[in-house]
Amino acid sequence: MLIPCPLCGPRDRREFYYMGAAEYLERPGPDAAAEAWDAHLHLRANPAGRTRDLWQHECCGAWLVVERCTVTHRVFGARLIGGLTDAA
Amino acid sequence: MRYSGLQVLWEGLRGNRGWGPAWTKPEPKPAYDIVIIGGGGHGLSTAYYLAKNHGLKNIAVLEKGYLGGGNIGRNTTIVRANYFLPGNSEFYSHSLKLWEGLEAELNYNVMHSQRGLINLFHSDGQRDAFARRGNAMINQGDDAILLDREGVRAHLPYLDFENHRFPVYGGLLHPRGGTARHDAVAWGYARAASRLGVDLIENCEVTGITVNGGKLQGLTTTRGEIGAKKVAIVVAGRSGQVAAMAGLTLPIESHVLQAFVTEGLKPCIDHVVSFGMGHFYISQSDKGGLVFGGDIDFHASYAARGNLPMMEHVMEAGMALMPMIGRARVLRSWGGIMDMSPDGSPVIDRTPVDGLYINCGWNYGGFKAVPASGWCLAHLMATDESHEVARRFRLDRFATGHLLDEEGTGSQHNLH
Repeated sequence: MLIPCPLCGPRDRREFYYMGAAEYLERPGPDAAAEAWDAHLHLRANPAGRTRDLWQHECCGAWLVVERCTVTHRVFGARLIGGLTDAA
Repeated sequence: MRYSGLQVLWEGLRGNRGWGPAWTKPEPKPAYDIVIIGGGGHGLSTAYYLAKNHGLKNIAVLEKGYLGGGNIGRNTTIVRANYFLPGNSEFYSHSLKLWEGLEAELNYNVMHSQRGLINLFHSDGQRDAFARRGNAMINQGDDAILLDREGVRAHLPYLDFENHRFPVYGGLLHPRGGTARHDAVAWGYARAASRLGVDLIENCEVTGITVNGGKLQGLTTTRGEIGAKKVAIVVAGRSGQVAAMAGLTLPIESHVLQAFVTEGLKPCIDHVVSFGMGHFYISQSDKGGLVFGGDIDFHASYAARGNLPMMEHVMEAGMALMPMIGRARVLRSWGGIMDMSPDGSPVIDRTPVDGLYINCGWNYGGFKAVPASGWCLAHLMATDESHEVARRFRLDRFATGHLLDEEGTGSQHNLH
């Protein structure tokens, strides 16, 4: 599986650390209820198909949102979590 | 027909013409009292114990493919009760006791082989952790023996004891641990449930769960509408999709776990051996193949096949531990889809929908749990109270903070 790092180009999956679904970026606000924190930490849509998840390229240190398919392992593209650059 | 040695002899003498099908294949009825979604190990054992322990009738198991075609037929068949935490410890202890009587119970040879399981350790800290785990196992009433380096050598002389990165300090021997024949477990429960009048309905995929006012109404399937008073979702690997039909979001992320088997060899590995530091474990099947595996691929996946990086890692770990297997040829590899939960422990509980129950989140340890999982889910569905050994497997424990994090790695699904 090759993941296109916006900074380094297409790189082998071995160079990346996997964190989980990209919803993890949507952190509840400081006043959010306990249910919101439970959902943030634990509950997952867990789609069979197209998904967005969070990876870190351990070589350059960049955190990426990678769009890929969980059924075929096809990777559609990746972007820096700051949204600065796309790569496909 | 009751299976026995005499029956085998008799059928052998008359050309094996008398063996009938092991279970019936009925048409689905319009409604049942209890429907189990999922004809794998856990679903079939649930149906069996509902009928056997609680005397219930009018039960169906719906399976989208064929019975035992999911993870029950895709695992590495290890049976053990070496858990540490209260909540897990008593549950797996109960399961192992059920395994020990399973063949007589089901009148079916599940080839349960208590050949002993050895977890290796490679540092003083790890030895302390395993000594503590062993004491917890003994306190639970199970067996554990702490082996030093020479003790391990007596059991496993073929390990590389000169490995400097992970020197073998010793191992925790669990003599009652072992393996069983995975398919036979599904078939044995299917046959026994069918004999008690459970309808096993194959090629019947659930496509909708009807909920009205927070109460379960029935199911839509590829073989028509099926009414039900109580339904259990027992579909590990696809839990999220089926639960979503009832409007539920689960604390589950699906991951692929690979396993490998070599060509058949003469007996050479007598135990189940696990090398946790290298993410590698191995046993030898009765057919002679070395069955081994490692960790999950670490990224969410529904592909029932793995990627090369983990395959490479498993092979390297195997060679580091026991170089003697280097010339064995790998016959095939496969992947199974694991329900990974945020604490590495399962769920056997009610759902917020009245009449709907769920059994999920087995991570990569569901096989050994098959008897107790069915036993406890059947108890919950029949009595509406959690069984005492499964009372901590609650769906809401993540919200309340009562996690069962055996490895202490925190709320990240892929780290368990």
